[in-house]
Amino acid sequence: MRRIITATVQNRSGVLNRITGMLSKRGFNIESISVGTSETEGISKMTFVVEISDSQKLEQLTKQLNKQIDVLKVSDITDKAMVARELALIKVGSTGQNRNEIQGVITPFRASVIDVSRDSLIIQVTGKPDKVDALISLLRPYGIKELSRTGVTAFLRGQQPQPLHEVNTLLI
Amino acid sequence: MKVEAKPKDVVDRKVVTGADVFIQALVNEGVDTVFGYPGGAVLPIYDALYRSNAKFEHILCRHEQGIIHAAEGYARVTGRAGVVIATSGPGATNLITGITDAMMDSLPIVIFTGQVGTNVIGTDAFQEADIIGITTPITKYNYQVTNIADLPRIVKEAFHIAETGRPGPVVVDIPKNISQELTVGDFETDFYLPGYQPTVNPNPLQIKKLSESLRRAKRPLLLAGAGVLFAGATEELKAFAEKYQLPVTTTLLGLGSFPGNHSLSLGMAGMHGTYAANMAIYESDLLINIGARFDDRLTGAIKHFAPNAKVAHIDIDPAEIGKNIKTNIPVVADAKAALKALLLEDAEDPDHKSWLEKINTNKETYPLWYERSSSEISPQWLIQQIYEETNGEAIITTDVGQHQMWAAQFYKFDKPNKWVTSGGLGTMGFGFPAAIGAQLGAPDSQVVAIVGDGGFQMTLQELSVIYQRKLPVKIIIVNNEALGMVRQWQETFYEERYSESLLSENPDFVKLAESYGVKGMRVDKEAEVPAVLREAFSYDGPVLVDCRVVKRECVYPMVAPGKGNHEMIGVTK
Repeated sequence: MRRIITATVQNRSGVLNRITGMLSKRGFNIESISVGTSETEGISKMTFVVEISDSQKLEQLTKQLNKQIDVLKVSDITDKAMVARELALIKVGSTGQNRNEIQGVITPFRASVIDVSRDSLIIQVTGKPDKVDALISLLRPYGIKELSRTGVTAFLRGQQPQPLHEVNTLLI
Repeated sequence: MKVEAKPKDVVDRKVVTGADVFIQALVNEGVDTVFGYPGGAVLPIYDALYRSNAKFEHILCRHEQGIIHAAEGYARVTGRAGVVIATSGPGATNLITGITDAMMDSLPIVIFTGQVGTNVIGTDAFQEADIIGITTPITKYNYQVTNIADLPRIVKEAFHIAETGRPGPVVVDIPKNISQELTVGDFETDFYLPGYQPTVNPNPLQIKKLSESLRRAKRPLLLAGAGVLFAGATEELKAFAEKYQLPVTTTLLGLGSFPGNHSLSLGMAGMHGTYAANMAIYESDLLINIGARFDDRLTGAIKHFAPNAKVAHIDIDPAEIGKNIKTNIPVVADAKAALKALLLEDAEDPDHKSWLEKINTNKETYPLWYERSSSEISPQWLIQQIYEETNGEAIITTDVGQHQMWAAQFYKFDKPNKWVTSGGLGTMGFGFPAAIGAQLGAPDSQVVAIVGDGGFQMTLQELSVIYQRKLPVKIIIVNNEALGMVRQWQETFYEERYSESLLSENPDFVKLAESYGVKGMRVDKEAEVPAVLREAFSYDGPVLVDCRVVKRECVYPMVAPGKGNHEMIGVTK
């Protein structure tokens, strides 16, 4: 099962290395990881997307993260009401002839062209990972020259339904 | 007329180096012994040590592996952090085995490594190694000091982290320019670690649940690990076991947490555990684990481990609970606090007479056994003789392997903190340097290093230290001219193909000891053993005894790898 886990950490030197090292040592499979500063100075927020086989492993993962001295809080937000977003930059081969066609493809995704050159375009898209997936597969026929994704970053929604009936997935 | 050289309100502070600040920080922690080895990057620290009037001893081992194992031995018997200083690069990397060993066995060690100057870090400078990167997975925490003002606080934090919660090793890497830097600083040492707040007191609801289960249990069993020793909870464990008449088995590292000669003691469980202990685990309906981590050498095949038991697990490290064995009643707490809480609960006396009878029958019918050789010295018998000669009161240190298992089986540890062995990592060469640290930590105790002829040769250079320091450590080499446990596995699982496990070219250990100034003795006849041991133990100083034992002896009983604890082999002759 795929889980989204967030961690607030103290921004001390080596903290990312410490955490990714622990995950690899204990055999956890990270699909993506995104790190950045938070609203509080000296505190960073990490978002992991991990593929985990069972609930015992999941419990181990959160416990091992919590055990890290730099880690302040760990939450598995997969089953909560949340927003999960990522950003992708996609460089697509494009000549003058198909530029408009590509524009037509990306418009429904609210993606934007952020760089144009003689034979390529750079497209920026943000959204749920499956939306990014969908756009990438639509652009593939035009020839993707370069692709870079930031990985998911996620937040709990301001209001949590009480009690929670539906089980969320990444598709929120 | 006297001229005031400076205004009166300026406090008179001496200019000191970072190294002086560091030494003062150690003094403030109450350090009495430091294990170290000098080198380029720690020259300023060693100079400060030379100039300082600090009252602690510096023990110069002859290899960095020696200093770290000695610090482990010290930590194991005192419960306080062992302190290590090594230089950058090779000095630091030579510590790796010991740091990993301390991590696996939860020993509080604070390691200070020198580092090249901050201006050349990352340039592959002479004797530079990325010790922070290397030790991140094998330490509880690590630091590189990049600002002299942080040094006193970091030292304080390092000791705090190493000694509290689940103990473990902490590395502090000090670049040379930091220890050379001049300062008049009077630095802040207050610290706050919001991400590190170990849970000491148990959740009362979980204690209630555990008491309730105890009341209903028909076949309860206590499993005591090293957590009981770290918590200093041996009295509470004994009181708890006696109150409810609960049989107790221990892990390898938990030996001594419960008196080995107590009528409720089943001895050690696991791969070379007693029949009574392993069968009790297999048959129990309530297994209460106190401070053990369900290591694979204890559990055997997980699917056969305590298959009918409700499992309660008391551990200060929440990540250990449910890691290997599914746990029904998790109790995150210090063992002492948890046992005290359990003692306050007045569960009515559970009735499990028939269970105790069955266990006692197992103990009587299938005790530990060996075939005593008629001509040679049986190693198990040798351990029993050491037990007799030391009245069971010695501190025993070992390496890993057959001699370790025989010591665990036949030296009945009645008291806590007398057993110093490498459990989780299984480190050859651990026992002898660990004995040095143990002797320094417990100067009034008899310390016996029971080592194999293989392991001893990995760290034997520390004979210099026991000679130099006149440490009355007794080294007993259980010499079977082989890497005994490797040989046993080759005999059992590899059709006696003894690949690279026979050591027929051993040195003359007696002459070796003598060349270091240490008294050397050899014994190869059973009849001479008591006299030789008596002479060794009454001798005022270090002694090495080369005991030639039966060469093809095996450790039994044994749970073969992949098998369940109930499928032991070699339970009887």
